[in-house]
Amino acid sequence: MKRLLSILFAALTLLSIASFAFAEEAAAAASKIDTGDTAWMLISTALVMLMTPGLALFYGGMVRRKNVLGTIMQSFIALGVVTIIWVLYGYSLSFGPDVGHVIGNLDWAFLNGVGLEPNTDYAATIPHQTFMIFQMMFAVITPALITGAFAERFKFSTYLVFIVVWVTFVYFPLAHWVWGVGGWIRNLGALDFAGGLVVHISSGVSALAAAIVVGKRKGYGKEAMMPHNVTMTLLGAGLLWFGWFGFNGGSAVASGALATSAFVVTHIATAAAALSWTFAEWKHRGKPTALGAASGAVAGLVAITPASGFVGPMSSIVIGLVAGALCYWAVNLKTKFGYDDSLDAVGVHGVGGTWGAIATGLFASKAINAAGNDGLFFGNSSLMVNQLISIGACWVYSFVITLIILKVLDAVMGLRVDEEDEMAGLDHAQHGESGYTL
Amino acid sequence: MKMISAVIKHFRLDEVRKSLTDMGIEGMTVTEVKGFGRQKGHMEVYRGVEYEVKFLPKIKIEVAIPKERLDAVLKAIQESARTGETGSIGDGKIFVYNLEDVIRVRTGERGKEAI
Repeated sequence: MKRLLSILFAALTLLSIASFAFAEEAAAAASKIDTGDTAWMLISTALVMLMTPGLALFYGGMVRRKNVLGTIMQSFIALGVVTIIWVLYGYSLSFGPDVGHVIGNLDWAFLNGVGLEPNTDYAATIPHQTFMIFQMMFAVITPALITGAFAERFKFSTYLVFIVVWVTFVYFPLAHWVWGVGGWIRNLGALDFAGGLVVHISSGVSALAAAIVVGKRKGYGKEAMMPHNVTMTLLGAGLLWFGWFGFNGGSAVASGALATSAFVVTHIATAAAALSWTFAEWKHRGKPTALGAASGAVAGLVAITPASGFVGPMSSIVIGLVAGALCYWAVNLKTKFGYDDSLDAVGVHGVGGTWGAIATGLFASKAINAAGNDGLFFGNSSLMVNQLISIGACWVYSFVITLIILKVLDAVMGLRVDEEDEMAGLDHAQHGESGYTL
Repeated sequence: MKMISAVIKHFRLDEVRKSLTDMGIEGMTVTEVKGFGRQKGHMEVYRGVEYEVKFLPKIKIEVAIPKERLDAVLKAIQESARTGETGSIGDGKIFVYNLEDVIRVRTGERGKEAI
């Protein structure tokens, strides 16, 4: 009897091993992970990750020295907070199975079912987790972009709560609308290759709401609030430019022709925009500034983002040239409207992102990406209509929800540091550190 | 003894130091300072916002000298701190004080011996 049992057990074991091997073979045949694609996507993910500390330097150089750490910290800590939120439920709400075309459900919460096999809906040739972590880096940098609007006065504790609530109620739904299978903007046929709507319009418009709700810095308009380290800002802008190759090139979710095209137009548009801002400023103010060149580059990067997978090199020059001059003009308007968007998140990301989304409707071409559409200049006006609808929806949604979030947080825990702490600087008051001991 | 305090442009510091050491002046104190004279400040523009920079960065050199060397030292500083052929606005100023005493910490020497 004992012998019979052991034979039976051995047979079962053999059978399970065999069936397991067979299942694995079948899955491998269906999914076919491409190592080239996976390598490019992992590198792209790392490039996009580097943009957040790059942004920290970009913003950090533009504030006064007493706020350098506070400003850097606001970007840096987003890597911690948003990463955890993303794996707990953010990825599922953004990309998980659709609920009513507006949000994903919680089937993929805690990364349930997000394994190492590809998800053919999003990326057929890379592990699902590769796509998940690539998208995570977008969710990380987006709330950090908003901090430019309220730099030098926001409470760190409230900020931590703000980013959790903001990504939950603004970023995840928008990501689902635009990129999620079943999302209504995706279904509408509007195009957003690497996040003009999801990342830049959402952060830029939220920044506008934030600048209005949070209010001006003490002494704004009366005291000099000069950037304390423009060299740091230039270094940050360089890192953003570098990381953006992953941001846009990686949004092809594969290596190859489309990634190359996105990479190429990203670089060209950025170069054009850096020149355009510089010359606009030179003509208008008499001097070509380094901060202007850096700002122009970022404006170009923002503007080409939604269009990057759909337009050709010559179109990208036009997109960049317009972006540089337009954002320069928008940033100058700030003093007329009288709100204090400390580091111009609105002028660069809001305006640049909006122009990019419109430009996608103008310059997109099926010759570049068959999965896209033709724009107005290629004989199709319907795409432009869809772009305008998606821009309008994104503006209204981001503005209203951010306004509500900040009003509630203001009532519950207060948004600003007190006056004395603002005078002393965030570094000392909020973190008990100094950026420089010299 | 005299104390000379000269406010000069940053990039003339090496010239001034050389001209003084060439004539045998053995020590000086250098400080980075900010201030303004007839030049006033200047405007800087960051992303379309104008800031008036009211205080310009300068270098202050302090030199203690025996009274009899005063004219030669003043001439040397003036010539080496001047920019261009004829000089330009913002080249600086030289202030001269009477110096009561000097004490060398190590030896306790006083007066001229200590300079």
